[in-house]
Amino acid sequence: MNDWPLLSLTTFLPLLGALFILTIRGETEVVARNARAVALLTSIATFIISLFIAVKFNGASPDFQFKETALWFPGTTIAYSMGVDGISMWFVILSTFLTPLCILSSFGGVTVRVKEYMVAFLILETMMVGMFCALDLVLFYIFFEAVLIPMFIIIGVWGGARRVYAAFKFFLYTLAGSVLMLLAMLVMYFEAHTTDIPSLMAHSFPFAMQQWLWLAFFASFAVKVPMWPVHTWLPDAHVEAPTAGSVILAGVLLKMGAYGFIRFSVPMLPDASVYFTPLIYTLSIVAVIYTSLVALVQEDMKKLIAYSSVAHMGYVTIGIFSMTVQGVEGAIYQMLSHGVVSGALFLCVGVVYDRMHTREINRYGGLATRMPKYAAVFMLFTMASVGLPGTSGFVGEFLVLLGAFQVSSWVAFFAATGLVLGAAYMLVLYRRVVFGRLTRDDLKTILDLDMREIAVFVPLILVVIWMGVQPNTFIDPMHASVAKLIDNYELARAAHEGLSVAAR
Amino acid sequence: MIKTLDLVPVLPEIFMAVAALALLMLGVFRKEDNTRPISVLVILVLGATMMLVSSLGGERHLAFNGLFVADRFSGFAKALILLASAFSVAMSLQYLEKERVSRFEYPVLVLLATLGMMMMVSANDFMSLYLGLELQSLSLYILAAYQRDSLKSTEAGLKYFVLGALASGLLLYGVSLLYGFAGTTNFDGLHNVFAGGHGHAVKPGLGIIAGLVFVVAGLSFKLSAVPFHMWAPDVYEGAPTPVTSFFAVAPKIAAVCLFVRVLTGPFGDLADQWRQVVTFIAIGSMFVGAFGAVVQTNIKRLMAYSSIGHVGFILVGVAAGGELGIQGVLIYLAIYLFMNLGAFAVILSMRQKGRLVEDINDLGGLSKTNPAMAFIMAVLMFSMAGVPPLAGFWGKFYVFMAAIEAHLYTLSVLGVLSSVVSAFYYLRIIKIIYFDECSEPLDRPVGRSIALVMAVSTLVVLAFTFVPAPLVTGAKAAAAVLFPAAG
Repeated sequence: MNDWPLLSLTTFLPLLGALFILTIRGETEVVARNARAVALLTSIATFIISLFIAVKFNGASPDFQFKETALWFPGTTIAYSMGVDGISMWFVILSTFLTPLCILSSFGGVTVRVKEYMVAFLILETMMVGMFCALDLVLFYIFFEAVLIPMFIIIGVWGGARRVYAAFKFFLYTLAGSVLMLLAMLVMYFEAHTTDIPSLMAHSFPFAMQQWLWLAFFASFAVKVPMWPVHTWLPDAHVEAPTAGSVILAGVLLKMGAYGFIRFSVPMLPDASVYFTPLIYTLSIVAVIYTSLVALVQEDMKKLIAYSSVAHMGYVTIGIFSMTVQGVEGAIYQMLSHGVVSGALFLCVGVVYDRMHTREINRYGGLATRMPKYAAVFMLFTMASVGLPGTSGFVGEFLVLLGAFQVSSWVAFFAATGLVLGAAYMLVLYRRVVFGRLTRDDLKTILDLDMREIAVFVPLILVVIWMGVQPNTFIDPMHASVAKLIDNYELARAAHEGLSVAAR
Repeated sequence: MIKTLDLVPVLPEIFMAVAALALLMLGVFRKEDNTRPISVLVILVLGATMMLVSSLGGERHLAFNGLFVADRFSGFAKALILLASAFSVAMSLQYLEKERVSRFEYPVLVLLATLGMMMMVSANDFMSLYLGLELQSLSLYILAAYQRDSLKSTEAGLKYFVLGALASGLLLYGVSLLYGFAGTTNFDGLHNVFAGGHGHAVKPGLGIIAGLVFVVAGLSFKLSAVPFHMWAPDVYEGAPTPVTSFFAVAPKIAAVCLFVRVLTGPFGDLADQWRQVVTFIAIGSMFVGAFGAVVQTNIKRLMAYSSIGHVGFILVGVAAGGELGIQGVLIYLAIYLFMNLGAFAVILSMRQKGRLVEDINDLGGLSKTNPAMAFIMAVLMFSMAGVPPLAGFWGKFYVFMAAIEAHLYTLSVLGVLSSVVSAFYYLRIIKIIYFDECSEPLDRPVGRSIALVMAVSTLVVLAFTFVPAPLVTGAKAAAAVLFPAAG
């Protein structure tokens, strides 16, 4: 399989599966069963193919690998161009890893319009994977935006009571940010005369232009991350989305914004990035502390985890803009870990929601007596979210703080308070749901995890512990790419400083 | 180089005129009111004309002493217009029969209007421009009032006529000013006057500017661009639905192409003068289109505001000018054609128990009662909202690309923000289709020709991202002929 177009295959295989599901006809029950089976098999096959990318990936090289290019829009430089480096490869794997679990987990929860649901999910997977593989500005934008369509449908059709409001808010917030990014991309195109991402990384834009471009990209990515104060769509979307939708939203979609910062803002606009770093730090620290406090008082389990996501993504942005190797690697690691852990937490909520149809924390309590397996699983992911050493959460947070300390001890100090608050709200959640006495009558008959749910959680548990114990498996392949990112950034900075010295 | 009677470039138009008259006679002498055979013949005529147009090739031909021009640009525009007209005629058959207004004049009037549009896009002189414009407009006035027993339809026809006549007056007044100050009505002649002798443009006098503004105003009316858009929602709502679907596409394409030819040809060197006017009109149209549609519940009125908004985006490309801008305009028009035809095909099949319905809430729960049509409408709405990877995105992409190249940053930022607002009401339709509970299900099956139009337009909208090259290169070649110096 040496010369197979692995990336295109990973990207478009789910789309093929979706088309295949569309052709299924017959009785509703039969269609639902077949659609589930096809979707699961397709996504597992996609995951296996994506593993080939990881296996064949040359971790020593910082370059983009598995490159594919084809002409697309004549008369412009816009091309179908794919490739991954040590950074984006992990996000591809994260997407393909989470999708089959999401599909498997929704076998129980989604009972209406199953066919459409599976089609939407597979299309979503294509768009996510494509976005992380894209090496062309416009191609990236296409995938980045196209994600909105299936997600809008998933939230709106299979969501909760306020699903319409949440779906609209999600769509319009994201779109409003992205259109400005599109204009910035066009400006870049006319400045550098290329839409090729690696070439644009090598191009140096004038400082005044960089500032405007940076702000336009920021408008898009900050909404997507989401950063305070444009995070308000996230709690709504999370609460209303079906469980698997929340998992993908937290697991992959939030990473698109931070990935954008790593891929575009920092390498292409290094001077503006330095200029705006205080802004990022401020917003991130506010996010870490403020949203943690907000999370403390939530009564809805999903909303609590949603706010914790905002706080965790605050670490990610701090790490990225610390511009140190540890900080950036920590940010990426935190993203991967958060993708798995918050996804798993949403699945944990989904398990009890499927049984009780409520997410209100007060409605639960004492689950440990009836659901020991569930309590154990939930505890592991709670600990991972808190950042207990030995779980994936620790490595990311530690590296980010390490990076932040080198730049500013105050930033690190404030970020570290978030750790304490994070422990507080997660442990409160866990205590109120799992411990205590089982007093409610309807909880007395609740069933523990069944085989299908265990099958969903086992891979997640293994990955969380693996990432906590053997971080080098994941950091080694990304190291070369991150080092190159930082080197190029330092070079560009030095050139800029030299220029401004010469100007004096 | 005076070629008095070179009729080859005009062959398609002559063929159409003769065919229209012949079909009119045929209809009169058949003595039975049945549109079907005449409609089929009209579609055949449109197809044959398309072949004639494409057989002309790409060179620039003048005819009638420079009154008429046929080049790659007019060829591209004519292909779009003919396609739109043919689809419109095919879509309206079922409606006419069900509503008992099946008279043979309908397809013939569409044919005559199309002929007028062909003349418009080939005009090389304000005289021939006016002739084509009036032939088109008069046919459209009649078509708007075609359902003569319906109060709304006659009101629409009258309103359109009165306001249209006013606009024609403005246009004529502008042309007369231009003639008075420049001494010619010929586009090439005007171009030479404004180009100045030695490469530097002559500073135009006040009379020229006033004439230019009047011409732009008159043409903006035909485009239904803000602030001359007031007629559009009423006429769209009042006119019979197939007529609305025709109004929304073919005349728009013709008017835009005419607008482009006038502004880039004779007034190409006065770009600084007209650019701010066009920019203002573009911004106004985008915002009125976006905010106006938000409160509409009648789907035809909503489509009227939507088309005002689309005209605004198209004018962004016009304001940007240059080869890239015009290429963007043409790409936008082609995609707009398919999106609108598809959407109107859905609107035409909105019937409950045989009765036509026009409220957007009547689409409620369509995804359960008719999943295929729901999918089509959703794709078209996402495309109109400009969400990639659907074709509508690329139309917007190209016009904004041109605007950025021309450094029109304010216009671009306002434009993309208005597209977010307009996304809201397109999403609202998708919400009604997919998220809401069932209302009364729509009748099935839809007519065969309507289903065909739906399928074709959805396919184009979906497939454009994968095979953009034919349209993009075609539009580029067509745009290039307007800028001979650059090429």
